[in-house]
Amino acid sequence: MHKMLWKLFSRDMTLFMHRKQDVVTVLGFFLIAVALFPLGISSDPELLKTIAPGAVWIAALFSTVLALDRLFSEDLDDGTLEQQMLMPVPIALLLLVRLIAHWVITGLPLVLLAPLIGLQFGLSFDEIVILTLSLLIGTPILVLLGAIGAALTVGLKSSGGLVTLLLLPLYVPILILGTSAVSSSMHGVDVTAHFSLMGAALLVSLVLSPFAVATALKITLD
Amino acid sequence: MSAARRIPWMKYASASNFYPLANRLVPLFMGLAIILAVIGLYIGFFVAPEDYQQGNSYRIMFLHVPAAWMSMFIYLLLAMYAIISLVWRVKMADIMAYSLAPTGAMFTFIALLTGALWGRPTWGTYWIWDARLTSELLLLFLYLGYMGLYSAIPDRQRASRAASFLAIVGVVNVPIIYFSVIWWNTLHQGSSFSVSEGASMTSDMLSALLLMALACWAYTIAVVLRRAQAVILERKKVALWASQISKK
Repeated sequence: MHKMLWKLFSRDMTLFMHRKQDVVTVLGFFLIAVALFPLGISSDPELLKTIAPGAVWIAALFSTVLALDRLFSEDLDDGTLEQQMLMPVPIALLLLVRLIAHWVITGLPLVLLAPLIGLQFGLSFDEIVILTLSLLIGTPILVLLGAIGAALTVGLKSSGGLVTLLLLPLYVPILILGTSAVSSSMHGVDVTAHFSLMGAALLVSLVLSPFAVATALKITLD
Repeated sequence: MSAARRIPWMKYASASNFYPLANRLVPLFMGLAIILAVIGLYIGFFVAPEDYQQGNSYRIMFLHVPAAWMSMFIYLLLAMYAIISLVWRVKMADIMAYSLAPTGAMFTFIALLTGALWGRPTWGTYWIWDARLTSELLLLFLYLGYMGLYSAIPDRQRASRAASFLAIVGVVNVPIIYFSVIWWNTLHQGSSFSVSEGASMTSDMLSALLLMALACWAYTIAVVLRRAQAVILERKKVALWASQISKK
């Protein structure tokens, strides 16, 4: 079974390697969306420091939702998704592996880019560290929860912004935790509580989300 | 079959039995709603005294609070019907959940709107991003998401199962709204009414509030049953009894 799971993981990696442009466009979107905030609001350095956590997190949120689209849609179109559901592996475990692969491909680059964006917004070294850590813990949660929405809406032609609407109530607590961790660190407040809660959310979603996504996929595929 | 004989009202899980029952109940509950609302609003607007801090502007509470209560309770009902529909595949439960959603969304919107109108004279602002208002806004998005997902999926069975699953996942938001005023320091006032401790308002205000709450309940029952009837006619077009009603 381990070999099958490893093969699944490396399959996702290989597919990414062959079609890097899917992911690169999402990263480009992330960078541009972040840049829109100072361009649209104000480039005053003090203000930029205040809106930095929110801007980076919101852009990361939208990029994650964009990237989720490619998680299931291609596999649904060519029938691979149904074949994967028939594998002699527990579906939740299979999905966990695929979600980890998806995060490594689409979420980890966001985390790695965060220090550069922190510099763009004029954050200090400590604040950049907190920002990157908050994204490191937060983006897996976004992927794990977002997969539920993606599984429910996969293959819909008219979905548009529906996935974002569905995921918003689930994402808001994570967004608030992540951004308040960074802004609290800017004011010298201890951030242990924020990271404890986010860590707890990550663990809970790691355990529960694969089952929820499996149920959602079963509903989708009948 | 034996379960239906043990619990006689189980027969209403069938649409053809539900329809005539709803026909009889709707005018009854609508009449009750109107009577209760008239009495409740009369007491609320003319009999209850002025609030010592807020003067007369507090009176919007008699619409705001029942609407907020309904918005939360209807969502819990919707989630319950979603579980029944998903687990036991009872189609009538799905029809009830589908019929509850628009009314729930309406009450959520009324709660937000009346809250904003109340907030302006009292707090000086129409809106604030505190825990209770934000989670009530999220409740509106949950309703809209349920209705949006249901209508976005062309296959009805898949649509009902997907939307039911979404409703169940979102039910965790309702305790957050309810307890938000206790868990966080918010601008929104804490609860002045608790089952164990009684009320911290005069009896006139309390009776008006409860009457309005019952009026909203009766209205909800009437409207949701009527909507369920319309949905049944739409879905069971092929059934003989339904087509006969539709032709009338």
